[in-house]
Amino acid sequence: MSFLTVITLLLVYQLIGELIVLEWTLPIPGPVIGMLLLLATLLIKKPLAAQMQASTQQILSHLSLLFIPAGVGVMVHLPRLQQEWLAITLALLISTVFGLLITAWIMLLMMKLFKERI
Amino acid sequence: MISHSAIWVYLSASPLFGLTLTLLCYLLAVKIYERGRYNPLLNPVALSIVFIIGILLSADIAYPAYFAGAQFIHFLLGPATVALAIPLYYQLGKLKTVWLPLTVALIIGISVSGISAYYIAQWLGASEQTMLSMIPKSVTAPIAMGISEKTGGLPTLTAVFVVITGVLGAALGTWLLKRFKIEDEAVKGVAMGVTAHGLGTARAFQISPQMGAFAGLAMALAASISAFILPLALTFIRG
Repeated sequence: MSFLTVITLLLVYQLIGELIVLEWTLPIPGPVIGMLLLLATLLIKKPLAAQMQASTQQILSHLSLLFIPAGVGVMVHLPRLQQEWLAITLALLISTVFGLLITAWIMLLMMKLFKERI
Repeated sequence: MISHSAIWVYLSASPLFGLTLTLLCYLLAVKIYERGRYNPLLNPVALSIVFIIGILLSADIAYPAYFAGAQFIHFLLGPATVALAIPLYYQLGKLKTVWLPLTVALIIGISVSGISAYYIAQWLGASEQTMLSMIPKSVTAPIAMGISEKTGGLPTLTAVFVVITGVLGAALGTWLLKRFKIEDEAVKGVAMGVTAHGLGTARAFQISPQMGAFAGLAMALAASISAFILPLALTFIRG
């Protein structure tokens, strides 16, 4: 499947996702609905996954690039950041460490718990 | 002959500038990251953001003028999110065995990240608007901005916190989890996706497709449920 076909397909699913969100005023982003719909399609039409793999891997390998434009938005909030930089830095840093460790520990704990029960 | 200032006026008004600047800075940042042997402090997204802001400030270009070009890159977040369905599809077998632990970890993880940020910021004397804007900071940008709007935060400030959190999680996550002897690829992926959304997912994909797929799944699930959970958590902590 060509790169153009794959990107078109992704946009079609995103569009359907956005329309669903609009129609039912859901609090979920359109692309997430689009992703779930594509996943459902792959389950029905299994060979599609292998056909789309090479191109989607290309797109996903540069996923972090896509966050830069929003990140540059920091400059709009520079005065606030200058005033509250210590509180903001520590709050974001410590809560990120908490989030990473607690998520991992809870998941490990639950996996152990359920293995014993089943 | 066209004067230099005329060329500059053209460039700073054209979307071509913001777009090209973003790509050039990113490519340069990736090169530096590779040369620096993947030192987490040289995170390419953080470096690119610093480079771009430095250039925009010294050239006196406002953010909206930059974004007019950079929006073409920003736009691709949508189709890239849809594309996560493919790696996810390949991990469905493993998902079937861990979906319940994953869901519990997800709900607790997303709440802990937001609420701990809120309290730490409060303790260090941040303004209320800053505290409120922090609650959805682990959720992917578009939905985090939506939550922030509903709960009394500033959506654009939330977007900034989302990206900073993502950079921190991507830079520290793999190192930290290894330090605490967490080895399961699925568990590491979920922790990265829940805490650091798309940037954590991007980092996880660099390590292994399995870790990336679980990070992507955790990010997508977190995006779907946090719009219900986080406003609830906020009313709970504020009594």
